[in-house]
Amino acid sequence: MNEKSQAQVPLEPERYELRAASPYHFDLGRRDFFKFLGAGIVVVSVLKPAVIAQESGAARQRRGESLPQEINAWLHIGENGKVTAYTGKVEIGQNIRTSLSQAVAEELHVPIENIEMVMGDTQLTPFDMGTFGSRTTPTMNLQLRKVASAARDVLVNLAAAQWKTDAQHLVAADGKVTDPHGNRSVEYAALMKGQQLTETLPAEDPLIPAANWSVAGKSVAKIEGREFVTGQHRYPSDQKLPDMLYGKVLRPPAFDATLVSVETQKAEQMGATVVHDGNFVGAAAPTSQLAEAAAAAIHAEWKSEPQISNKELFEYLRKNTTEGKDPTGDGDRYDAGSVDQAMSSADHQLRQTYTVQYIAHTPLEPRAALAKWDGDQLTVWTGTQRPFGVRGQLAEAFRIPEDKIRVLMPDMGSGYGGKHTGETAIEAARLARAAKRPVKVVWTREEEFTWAYFRPAGVIDVMSGVSKDGTITAWEFHNYNSGSAGIKTYYEIPNQRIVFHPVKSPLRQGSYRALAATANHFARESHMDELAHTVKMDPLEFRLKNLKNDRLRAVFEAAAKQFGWGKSKSEGQGFGMGGGYEKLGNVATFAEINVDKKSGDVKIVRLVTAFECGAIVNPDGLRNQLEGSNVQGLGGALFEAIQFDNGKILNDRLSQYRVPRFSDVPVMETILLDRKDIPSAGAGECPLIGVAPAIANAIFDATGKRLRALPLIPNGLKAA
Amino acid sequence: MSTIHLAINAKPYTVDVDPQTSLLMVLREHLDLTGSKYGCGEGQCGACTVLIDGKAQRSCITRVGSVSGKKITTIEGLANGDRLHPVQQAFLDVGAMQCAYCTSGMIMSAVALLDRNPSPQPNEIVDFMDGNICRCGTYPRIVSAIQKAAKATRETAAAKGASR
Repeated sequence: MNEKSQAQVPLEPERYELRAASPYHFDLGRRDFFKFLGAGIVVVSVLKPAVIAQESGAARQRRGESLPQEINAWLHIGENGKVTAYTGKVEIGQNIRTSLSQAVAEELHVPIENIEMVMGDTQLTPFDMGTFGSRTTPTMNLQLRKVASAARDVLVNLAAAQWKTDAQHLVAADGKVTDPHGNRSVEYAALMKGQQLTETLPAEDPLIPAANWSVAGKSVAKIEGREFVTGQHRYPSDQKLPDMLYGKVLRPPAFDATLVSVETQKAEQMGATVVHDGNFVGAAAPTSQLAEAAAAAIHAEWKSEPQISNKELFEYLRKNTTEGKDPTGDGDRYDAGSVDQAMSSADHQLRQTYTVQYIAHTPLEPRAALAKWDGDQLTVWTGTQRPFGVRGQLAEAFRIPEDKIRVLMPDMGSGYGGKHTGETAIEAARLARAAKRPVKVVWTREEEFTWAYFRPAGVIDVMSGVSKDGTITAWEFHNYNSGSAGIKTYYEIPNQRIVFHPVKSPLRQGSYRALAATANHFARESHMDELAHTVKMDPLEFRLKNLKNDRLRAVFEAAAKQFGWGKSKSEGQGFGMGGGYEKLGNVATFAEINVDKKSGDVKIVRLVTAFECGAIVNPDGLRNQLEGSNVQGLGGALFEAIQFDNGKILNDRLSQYRVPRFSDVPVMETILLDRKDIPSAGAGECPLIGVAPAIANAIFDATGKRLRALPLIPNGLKAA
Repeated sequence: MSTIHLAINAKPYTVDVDPQTSLLMVLREHLDLTGSKYGCGEGQCGACTVLIDGKAQRSCITRVGSVSGKKITTIEGLANGDRLHPVQQAFLDVGAMQCAYCTSGMIMSAVALLDRNPSPQPNEIVDFMDGNICRCGTYPRIVSAIQKAAKATRETAAAKGASR
């Protein structure tokens, strides 16, 4: 695949959690958005129709929507010179509050301290589908750059008109417009006085080439970092209002259980507000202790059906595809050449199966929401990657128009794809409506482990044919349930059959950082190693022989060089690699591991990652994302797995579900390839995908043992 | 319910609660000191770490009745007015955070570590900090930040010693 077609790879359509039905069924019988801005100038960014479909979701409902969805960002410069940029994207630890401010500062030529970013507030910011898919840097960064650059032109033109000179002679820098010939300058604030200008973005506005960036491209410190190190920042779970109550929801004993009967009298006598509405049962009280005690005093009977456990999982997934039955469509499929013929005539054939378990995002801050009703107006502060999506869920649950609802998203304690939904928002709002007071709901860790959604488990069958000289001639790849992200192969293979088979999942599942690209790369890159072994070729040489994509070759070669691929190894040592591309980023990860032959303990000694995602915006932030991806990838690669049986999660605590800690972290070396000629892509996801195959291949290199299941060594190598 | 007297960040507080209530809940709900975070409720993640008589403790599994009269320090009490504690400053300088939800607990644990070991080796930092989880995976930067804070503290102490 060449670079052009790489850029056209569609985003994965499978986001199960976005199609899920509302969790509760209750038994229920153009605002003037400029008015709060004041004088000055407003620049509005308008999307092209093709981009709207991708960024806002083609099937989205427009109920109660008062703003055209073509608008996706705006920026205001006030009479005091203060710059405020508005975006529906949210800050979840990926540091975009800083990188987006940096983009605006760069184009507008003002210090970054002068910029305020208003993010993810459904009343103040333009509609946004959600913060996921590594889309912020390629889309919002670009849009805000365009908006800021248009605003700068307005300022320069105002100064030119004032001085009766040609705008081309003028220079915008450091919050001022300067006329080098006339030896005069004027501050932006002075130009704003008495102005009320609206500018709609000219689409073809030129941008500053990456090579000339002055702020972007450099590392800047996290905005409001001081608030975070002093404990002053208020996360969603820290929000508080006068007269606020704490809410607690009664949970069924198993998934998909139905409520048979409920007795709430005792809880009511304790002074709690108790709500029983449809299948929702919950209590609200002045302290969380009392709310919890009241919920515990509610006697409820539930009925549930027998459900499967981990033991039957993979057999179940293979047998329960929904192809031909799912109204939302079948899975993706790619065909090229004649696979069966090429397979039967190949010198070597290889058939293997790879599996991945359900894993939990485990954001350190569990889901939380604070809801308040003023008459029929609902305001909710909640931790979500989709504030507008949550607004839609609330509108559906309460059967009220979206313009009666305001959702605000205070910068939250991470998400990793796990907070696309608004469960706590609905729960808090339902309790608040009954209590006629604001109610906060914060999930416990056990609730987060059980009632959120998981990264899908999956079974992947790979069949391949290779000729003696190491040319892959046939490739068949079937993914059951885990997803279609990263399912296509970037190796040059003339005959391909690649199919994603959707399945009715036994557990609630949804997006997870890098989606199914982690599973698909694990299967593909493990299989590549097995093929290299089959034809007795060096795994790097074998990959490069079958790979034409220049960007991908470049990361493999850069990582191999840094790693010292080909060096001799000692007893117990193993080297392996994995790589690929996803979300317009290219990555190669090389792993060095050490196996203690006696104990079977595997130590990940070193990870070398080469990464390229176009022009680099903030190298320090990028390194932070890369290291974070590696560490998070280690968990799913080595030991994370959800254990379940009969509709219950068996390991719903951090003492039972192991996530990476300090002592798990290897030496990490990152090589950033900066392609100033290619637009910037996001980096929150792609670097994750090479970790698991690189380690699995290194374990094989050290021991001759081929592990084809993620997690690889939840109980050490001996048990594997 | 009992009346419990607490000394938090050098200020006296009185709360009427069941002495079995967790210190974390009292800090967050009763006193609105929300810098200490809930992550697991079983002392596994370290997000709720506070100092009790200088020792790092998990406030989510510490009963409020057991700390009456003891000296409690939370993240809100670490800075000296506008001057950040060297560990806070180092976390800022190094950029040792992404979502920063774990940061309060990380900083409090690190303060306790440096108090008893002013020059920790990287492996000593890893051992001491292994009970604190960062899901964003910023561990290497946290180790760097702690080393930087240790160095800054030693230099300040040396400067003070020299000026005496």
